[in-house]
Amino acid sequence: MLDLMSGFISELRNAGLPVSLTENLDAMEAIKHIPLEDREAFKYALGATLVKNNAHWRSFETVFEVYFSLRGPEYAIADDADAGDFWREMQEQLQSQDGDSRGAAGGAMDQMTPEEMMAMLMKALMAGDQALMRALARQAVQRFAGMEPGRPVGGTYYLYRTLRNLDLDSMLEKLMETSREEVGGQLTPLEERLERDEHEHRIEQFKQEIEAEIRRRLVADRGAEAMAKTLRKPLPEDVEFMHASRDEMQGLKKALQPLTRKLAARLARKRKHERRGPLDFRSTVRHSLSYGGVPADPRFKYPRPAKPELMVVADISGSVAAFARFTLMLVYAIQGQFSKVRSFVFIDGIDEVTDFFKGTEDISEAIHKVNTEADVIWVDGHSDYGHAFEVFWEKYGRDVGPKTTVLLLGDARNNYHASQSWVIKEMRQKARHVYWLNPEPRSYWNTGDSIVGEYATHTDGVYECRNMRQLESFVEKLA
Amino acid sequence: MAPRFDSVQSVRDGLRKVNYLADDGIAGVAFLADRLGKPILVEGPAGTGKTQLAKSVAEMIGARLIRLQCYEGLDESKALYEWNYKKQLLRIQADRKSDSWSEIHDDIFGPDFLLTRPLLEAITADDPVVLLIDEVDRVEVETEALLLEILSEYQVSIPELGTITAKQIPLVFLTSNNTRELSEALKRRCLFLHVDYPDMDREKEIVLAKVDGISQNLADQIARIVRSIRQLDLKKAPSVSETLDWARTLVLLGIEHIEAEQAKETLHILLKYQTDIAKAAKELSVDK
Repeated sequence: MLDLMSGFISELRNAGLPVSLTENLDAMEAIKHIPLEDREAFKYALGATLVKNNAHWRSFETVFEVYFSLRGPEYAIADDADAGDFWREMQEQLQSQDGDSRGAAGGAMDQMTPEEMMAMLMKALMAGDQALMRALARQAVQRFAGMEPGRPVGGTYYLYRTLRNLDLDSMLEKLMETSREEVGGQLTPLEERLERDEHEHRIEQFKQEIEAEIRRRLVADRGAEAMAKTLRKPLPEDVEFMHASRDEMQGLKKALQPLTRKLAARLARKRKHERRGPLDFRSTVRHSLSYGGVPADPRFKYPRPAKPELMVVADISGSVAAFARFTLMLVYAIQGQFSKVRSFVFIDGIDEVTDFFKGTEDISEAIHKVNTEADVIWVDGHSDYGHAFEVFWEKYGRDVGPKTTVLLLGDARNNYHASQSWVIKEMRQKARHVYWLNPEPRSYWNTGDSIVGEYATHTDGVYECRNMRQLESFVEKLA
Repeated sequence: MAPRFDSVQSVRDGLRKVNYLADDGIAGVAFLADRLGKPILVEGPAGTGKTQLAKSVAEMIGARLIRLQCYEGLDESKALYEWNYKKQLLRIQADRKSDSWSEIHDDIFGPDFLLTRPLLEAITADDPVVLLIDEVDRVEVETEALLLEILSEYQVSIPELGTITAKQIPLVFLTSNNTRELSEALKRRCLFLHVDYPDMDREKEIVLAKVDGISQNLADQIARIVRSIRQLDLKKAPSVSETLDWARTLVLLGIEHIEAEQAKETLHILLKYQTDIAKAAKELSVDK
């Protein structure tokens, strides 16, 4: 057990979770008090002691599943006797697979035709029968995934193969049909929607069962350590903006909201709690009267720093497309928190998009508007930082004042155009701060047509901003 | 000290008796907190019953709930203890002639002149207590340090008096809405519990348990509609307390079966932003 635990914890650390020694000891202590055969309780005991950030929960779950799904008495736990049978059957199946005599053993399910199986799946989904769904997931994986021991293919490949054969999309429609028939005719739109949500939820559950099943089999085949390594995914704060998948983007969007709130809170707090200002002579004398003229209670003027004005200038060209989408979300989120934010986007032309964000509550609509309506193309639609900055300075330069903080977002890949870095130089003289956020890894800077170094000399700092963690540390610096 | 709970299941049943429906995670962590003698840091969206959990646990074990509401600017004298300087002044003035300096000095810094604040009160209490430190994310990072000693050692050091150690280890709950990242030091000392919106079945049970005179059918429908709404991209998803308010309203209005029209008219109880209401109303009535 100890070996298993230390393997588990070092895998958590490898996945990037900060697990300290005390937390490790706590976990060891905690599992003493938990009956080991209760898998859920065991999982929560480990979770409560080891994972202190909800964003890390998913990574924890994956590692947990890999390390503890196949071992020990958890197979004995089942909701009812029926499910117990399925579990046992599955175990047999797995064992037979290990011995590479797959297909020889098997329950009644193996003899089913695909049609029968689909009908059964439908029944299970309709009734929300968890045990049956689990058994069917197992069956589906065995039948369609075509898994072979030792084959160096990732789990996603098997998942894809299984799902393609099951055709769950049409299943949803069929389920809706059945629901409609059940009530005899037409559902009201509200009911229709609720039914659909319910079925989608169940299908999603079924998919997860399949995924879990594939993972279980892979672990049996390759061992926990190797499997954990292939499954290792970056934590939300380490996902790179430039290469984020759609799911990850959704996750980032969620993480963004608290970040801007933090930024706003930090700035506000700073305003209130800044060190005391100079002595307020008038007030001190006034208050000294109650002590008979002795200035016993000195009063100070509180400094009132100006509210920051933010100007965000973002490159939205193709080379930083993924980042651009993210920056637009960032701008949108910032704009919700600060009163004075102006945003500009450019490729080789530049346009102000503040109003696009203001008019609408819906971020995707705003981004769509920016992408279609903003006038950012001047000649050919390849980034030209020099021209964009020049125009920016000409048109909006007079709005940059001593209170303004300018944020420049982009990779500074200028397609060998003139840099016009004098604009940045002048900007810095007029503005309070000029910062540059670059989504590229630092090692790529100043290679090829990247001229970030030339601009960097004129800014207050260029920061690598590839993931949430780096953005957060920048926010902390800014405030 | 004897543990308060026998098993995870007993925590769950106990909480159910006081009308708090815990899931496995919540009951498990509460059980562990008792066994390990560690505080629980409860985190999650607003209105998911974080504070209620502490209250219910207190009710379940028949303990007094001591609550410290955190806010910006909370300091030692409001959280831990304060010297009752008025009483000290009176003491000095009362017998100005008789006592020598050192006597008075020793006297006025005695327990008689100490005003206990929630944290000190919790560890000096003789009766069983549950300490709730509410919205701990609202205090500044520096103030968090105040909590560290009491959370890990269950003691408070007062320079003039020495260290006061707890007579019993109270159950401690800290709640956080996650408006800022809590310090590592604080997190390390706590068990972490994330309370999210309940899944549909649990929400239905909560509605059934908390709202009088509601039918199975209506509760089921409410839970399903709320789940649908939570899936939308809203500014503020409906919380459990808002679900309950909505359920009560529907019961008061004598509605047994929710039609789209009625849902739309009462949506403002569930959602607090005009844009959210418009969006949800549109989604609920339009057949995709």
